[in-house]
Amino acid sequence: MNTIFQQIPIEHYITLSAILFCIGVLGVLTRRNAIVLFMSVELMLNSVNLLLVAFSMFHANPAGQILVFFIMAVAAAEVAIGLAIIVMIYRNLKTIDIAELSKLKH
Amino acid sequence: MVVISKNPVHSVMYLILTFFCIAGHYLLLNAQFLAIVHLIVYAGAIMVLFLFVIMLLNLNQDSVPKGSYLLPFAGALSGGTLLLVLVSALKRSDTLIQQSAADASLGMLKTLGKVLYTDYVLPFEIASVLFLIAMVGSVILSKKDPLKEPETV
Repeated sequence: MNTIFQQIPIEHYITLSAILFCIGVLGVLTRRNAIVLFMSVELMLNSVNLLLVAFSMFHANPAGQILVFFIMAVAAAEVAIGLAIIVMIYRNLKTIDIAELSKLKH
Repeated sequence: MVVISKNPVHSVMYLILTFFCIAGHYLLLNAQFLAIVHLIVYAGAIMVLFLFVIMLLNLNQDSVPKGSYLLPFAGALSGGTLLLVLVSALKRSDTLIQQSAADASLGMLKTLGKVLYTDYVLPFEIASVLFLIAMVGSVILSKKDPLKEPETV
């Protein structure tokens, strides 16, 4: 059976996922726009998904792909709720700068 | 590009590009079903939601002021360190277990559906309940505040 792992070793997929995840972490750490923050979280989720699919194909086990399917469902729900919360925050504070959201501290 | 572009709309465009690349990887890995679901859910639904919110809030110009110059450096430093740790841990690790016998029908809808509806029925139903909760929650959250403006539904 001719699979992709004869041409591309799985280490390359692990490295690619690590790079994507670190870009997501970088975005969460540096940006202050709440929507861009959410997009960075999506990027991290996707890097994990890619790694799960690669391992699932590597071990010929369908459980990984089922897990990716559930992660996608949860991500969709999370984005819906999160964007609704962002809209509500914008309506109340007229900004989505996350540095302004520290009122709970005082 | 998603992270460093100033305009949020450009960020969304680059993110869509990234999602298409990931879908291409799924296709290369012979996971056709997941590639299609990924395209529909992410590039189709989630990105439209993001764009819609950005347009709704009129955030075309990045109104968020830049913080101190220290912040990007600190973020880059910690992100780069994390990447370094991950990659070096990968390099140090032993050779992976021998690959199992490949199954060409693994990424197909038939195989995945059989597994999904036999072994994973309960998580599937819980996911549907989660969707219902998310739907109701987002409707309630994005509704106008009923205390301020009563009976204007």
